[in-house]
Amino acid sequence: MEDTNIDSRKNNSRVKEKELTLSMGPQHPATHGVLRLVLDLDGETIVKCTPYVGYLHRGVEKLAENRNYMQVLPLTDRLDYISSMSNNLGYCVAVEKLFGIEVPERTEYIRTIVGEMSRIANHLLWLATHALDVGAMTVFLYCFREREAILDLFERLCGARLTVTYPRIGGLKNDVDPKWLEDVYAFTSEFPMRVKQYETLINKNRIWLQRTKGIGVISAQEAINWGMSGPALRGSGVPYDVRKVTRYGVYDKVKWEVCTGKNGDVYDRYRVRMDEFLQSNSIIRQCIDQIPEGPIMADAPKYTLPAKDKVLTDMEHLIHHFVLITKGPQTAPEGELYVATEVPKGELGFFFVSDGTGKPYRMRVRSPSFVHVSVLPTLCEGELIADIIANIGSIDIVLGECDR
Amino acid sequence: MEPLEIVNRLKSKYLNEIADVSEFRDQVFVSVNRQRISDICTFLHDDPDIYMDYLVDLCGVDYPDRQFRYEVVYNLYSIKHKHRLMLKALIPAENPSVDSVVPIWAGANWHEREACDMYGIVFNGHPDLRRILMPDDWEGYPLRKDYPLKGPADTEYKGFEELKDLHSHDSEWNIR
Repeated sequence: MEDTNIDSRKNNSRVKEKELTLSMGPQHPATHGVLRLVLDLDGETIVKCTPYVGYLHRGVEKLAENRNYMQVLPLTDRLDYISSMSNNLGYCVAVEKLFGIEVPERTEYIRTIVGEMSRIANHLLWLATHALDVGAMTVFLYCFREREAILDLFERLCGARLTVTYPRIGGLKNDVDPKWLEDVYAFTSEFPMRVKQYETLINKNRIWLQRTKGIGVISAQEAINWGMSGPALRGSGVPYDVRKVTRYGVYDKVKWEVCTGKNGDVYDRYRVRMDEFLQSNSIIRQCIDQIPEGPIMADAPKYTLPAKDKVLTDMEHLIHHFVLITKGPQTAPEGELYVATEVPKGELGFFFVSDGTGKPYRMRVRSPSFVHVSVLPTLCEGELIADIIANIGSIDIVLGECDR
Repeated sequence: MEPLEIVNRLKSKYLNEIADVSEFRDQVFVSVNRQRISDICTFLHDDPDIYMDYLVDLCGVDYPDRQFRYEVVYNLYSIKHKHRLMLKALIPAENPSVDSVVPIWAGANWHEREACDMYGIVFNGHPDLRRILMPDDWEGYPLRKDYPLKGPADTEYKGFEELKDLHSHDSEWNIR
């Protein structure tokens, strides 16, 4: 046992003798859910990493084939439960494109606001847990303070904090009130200062820098080849953002930039998300400045739920509501369509095969976490076991979405 | 490049392989025979004007009544040129298999494992084709249309049976 690891690495025959297989997870606080990694170790160096997923598999795709379009919506909350608002939006945008519905402008603005709020809330939780894993406890507490503020705003908006189910196919559950918008605006006035606060805690922290710079490097070409998306891809310097290439929300009406890194290491992925805080913040402010008055539900009665007050007072609307909820839209067009949106973790895509009934014939969820977990071995093989924690944090995975 | 232009390029090179071209809401789907899928994918990936460097998604679809029961849908995107093409490989019910595209896009690895797990489609040449979301000893392919939603009737998952045996002496568990 007096041999150091460095000595044992030089001598190949002894390396084999000392190889150790370690099962990390499924119950491990740093794996962000139930992820199991089987690590073949040579001393502290990872020789091989094999992820095992599926512990949270609930068969969302199979369930969706047996539920109609309205009933699938709450399932999407349970994919990425950290930022369920974005998942709801992704699903609604996809179904609307499939049905060919145009949503009113006011709805697009509100959706952009809540989508970006959800991005901030997600990145706050990411920063909190990532810093905690790497050893910076204080950041955790500060981040949760702001995340709570956003969750409280969500609660005031729709009654739920985490599994919101706020958007509806063709619109929203309810309109926002001016006081709520004022409070969001007040939050965004203060938030950039908070981001600075987090940065003072870790930006010049030697331990933080040593544990993130040059760790888990992936080149731009490799990252594209692996199908990475979101901040993890942009950290490698690829300016690919679904918000810029697909038309949804009002991202074309506000000024914002795609944040990119350069080196593709854990530090750059951290920087990208920190920059996205400010971009999202600015998008929300511009949206609140520009938001027009108007209806919130699309004028497509075959696909959208009638207003609640009419359902409760009028027989026709009640029947309409009942049919849509129990049978789904009976005039759905036949066809296949893939629609992606940018959720905080990357590209969330829904691929629908519609056979004209009220249920999707096939619904495929392209989840960013699933792809990112598959990249994990490439990121951490050849590095130290302690770095795997930094790597898992930097790709921002949530296993609910990975396993579906 | 417009998706239909890509299809024309593809036609000029692999005319006999293309079974069908369809379009829905500006998205173009090309169905091809499964035999030369890796040639077609290599062409789409390497051609400098098409350059599909990003495999967004890969999934299976089951159509029990069709001549080719399964489809593997390749969702290809070019980050450089910003165009998308949906490629579909037609796969028969007997001996459902298709060549793996992992050598072209590393990201296909887990998507193919999932398609194998859910539909039983075998990807030839895949480096590590195991079940991914379901347990290793699971029987059947859950996303096939003939697989019941609640699982096969009157059968418990093997792992659960083993667990019951393991704890049969344990009154606290009290599993019957």
